Amino acid sequence: MKNHNDTTSGSASGGMADTPAAANIHWRQKYGGWMAVIAILAVLCILPFHMGLSRVDTATVFFISVILAVSYRLVTTTGDWGFSHIIFQGVGAYAAALLGKHAGIPFIVMIPLAGLITAAIGAMVMFPMLRTKGFGFFITSFAFGEFIRMIWIKANNPFGGTGGIINIPMPELFGLKLFSLVNYYFACMAFMVVSVFIMWRLDRSRIGNAWKSIHTDDMLAECMGVNVARYRTLAFMVGCFFAGIAGALLAYRLGAISPHNFNINEMVYVVIWVVVGGAATFWGPLIGVTLLTIVFEASREFAEWRPMIFGGILILSLIFLPGGIEGLLPSLRRPPREHYARFRNWLTTFWPSRGV
Amino acid sequence: MDLDTFIQTLLNSIQTSSVYALVAVGLAMAFGVMKMANFAHGEFYMIGAYVVYQVYQLWGLNFWIGVVVAIPVVALLSVGTERIIFRQTGANILAGFMATVGLGLVLQVAALQIWGHGLMKRIDTPYMGAAEIGDAHVGWQRLIIIPCAIAMLIALRWFLYNVKVGKALRACAQDPETASLQGIKVRNMTMLAMAIAGGSAGLAGALMAPIAAITPYMGHQIVIIAFIVIVVGGMASVGGAVVAAIILGFIHTFVTTLADSTIAAMVGIGIMALTLVVRPQGLLGREKP
Repeated sequence: MKNHNDTTSGSASGGMADTPAAANIHWRQKYGGWMAVIAILAVLCILPFHMGLSRVDTATVFFISVILAVSYRLVTTTGDWGFSHIIFQGVGAYAAALLGKHAGIPFIVMIPLAGLITAAIGAMVMFPMLRTKGFGFFITSFAFGEFIRMIWIKANNPFGGTGGIINIPMPELFGLKLFSLVNYYFACMAFMVVSVFIMWRLDRSRIGNAWKSIHTDDMLAECMGVNVARYRTLAFMVGCFFAGIAGALLAYRLGAISPHNFNINEMVYVVIWVVVGGAATFWGPLIGVTLLTIVFEASREFAEWRPMIFGGILILSLIFLPGGIEGLLPSLRRPPREHYARFRNWLTTFWPSRGV
Repeated sequence: MDLDTFIQTLLNSIQTSSVYALVAVGLAMAFGVMKMANFAHGEFYMIGAYVVYQVYQLWGLNFWIGVVVAIPVVALLSVGTERIIFRQTGANILAGFMATVGLGLVLQVAALQIWGHGLMKRIDTPYMGAAEIGDAHVGWQRLIIIPCAIAMLIALRWFLYNVKVGKALRACAQDPETASLQGIKVRNMTMLAMAIAGGSAGLAGALMAPIAAITPYMGHQIVIIAFIVIVVGGMASVGGAVVAAIILGFIHTFVTTLADSTIAAMVGIGIMALTLVVRPQGLLGREKP
């Protein structure tokens, strides 16, 4: 069928003029994704003028979450599932809060600077963690994250202890007051689009392939000349850089930050976004963060039960959707009988089975 | 630090070490047998404390009945975790670990809803008064923990090395495939390991209930320490976990006395970082984490 034309078969029929229909499919395959992205961005540009201000605020936090989720997934492409990403968001937030308050650095410089500071601290933390991988990496990154959080709690002088930092000045960008929620919405959207684009390019570059090769088989990657330690550190630093950007954006939006903003519950949300969405492709975390933000907003009335809802979602998705929601699409083609068998298999685990 | 403070801190650190050892031994055992890393271990500890609160404070029964009830309750919870989560995630250590992170949140909310809000639950101390050694005062409630923990650890050691089932458990930890060829049911051994893990965490929580502040989030601190202990001791090594628990318990208590508890936790993490750089497999461990 012509439907499954790709670029190679298109060029194979090269010399002859393509039929209009084939050219149409070819064109749609090549630019369809871009058109979808542009359409979504166009909708996002119109949206803040037709929503309440609280919704605009929610959408701003959503953009920050997107940066966080996509950068977390970027680190996991090397197989390093950390548990400290939210802490690095906090590092960026504290950097932006302190420098924005005392040094008066302009917004447009401050955001990348916060990212760079976070990346530098990430490199320092990564050094001992290079000795671990897989599960050990997860638990040591968690412990190091707690270490950084304790520094914030302990050091009253620059970091303000448990109370954190308040009265972070709202910046200006090109003469626009970002105190206005709509203006800040567009600033965050711009940073989100640029960050996601850079990470998308990185994911498809040689560097991204090296990261994935480490995940597949680190020994083999090392034999093929990939400097595993250096590439893992690089991935961690890039992830931290964007986490720092997300943190700086969050600090300016909240106007006050404390260690409580970056505790384990927030980190669990990041993990849930990526796990539920699926980490195999670049788009999984985007799906996850979108769906779970909707769930989060819908569960506003049951705020006390929220950790239980999200914990349940995490458990169920790890058991029933190992590939996340993006992994669901191929499995939809499987007959329902197989899904039922999987469910029944899970049910039988509640009572003892005979033999092995 | 004068002599009395020193004696007091020494006894406190023995008590802290025994609680750490109880919590970490279960974690190391579950990790050793089927690579089950359980982040909800701290929540099991929390549930153990709440069971004592329920039985002793609310129902007014004997304190020791509460302790004895806490062990099977938490062990059952632990076995359920194995059946519902770890058996499904299988060889994927990280998936099981993340699922238990979710389980931890579920248990926290459950405890909050069952036993209500409020900062903490007060439990009347069953054993009032304090032992006086020189001018040092150490509460009897703290001292009671030490023989209980030592008895539990000796019983565990005896079980693992002298009982046939315990030997089978160790065989599974060394090589599950070969063990199953010898006719050992690996699944039952996995359940047993999780039951022991849960039971010891429940015992630790129950014993700590009159001393610690009982909140749904009390497991958070202890689970970080427990994971530091098993990383320092060697991931799957039960003996290493005990040794590391003693070392970290002493350091933690002495630093808490000299400085404060936040700095003590930071020192603990620093020790873990040092271990990872100098000896990644841990004190008594064989394989790298």
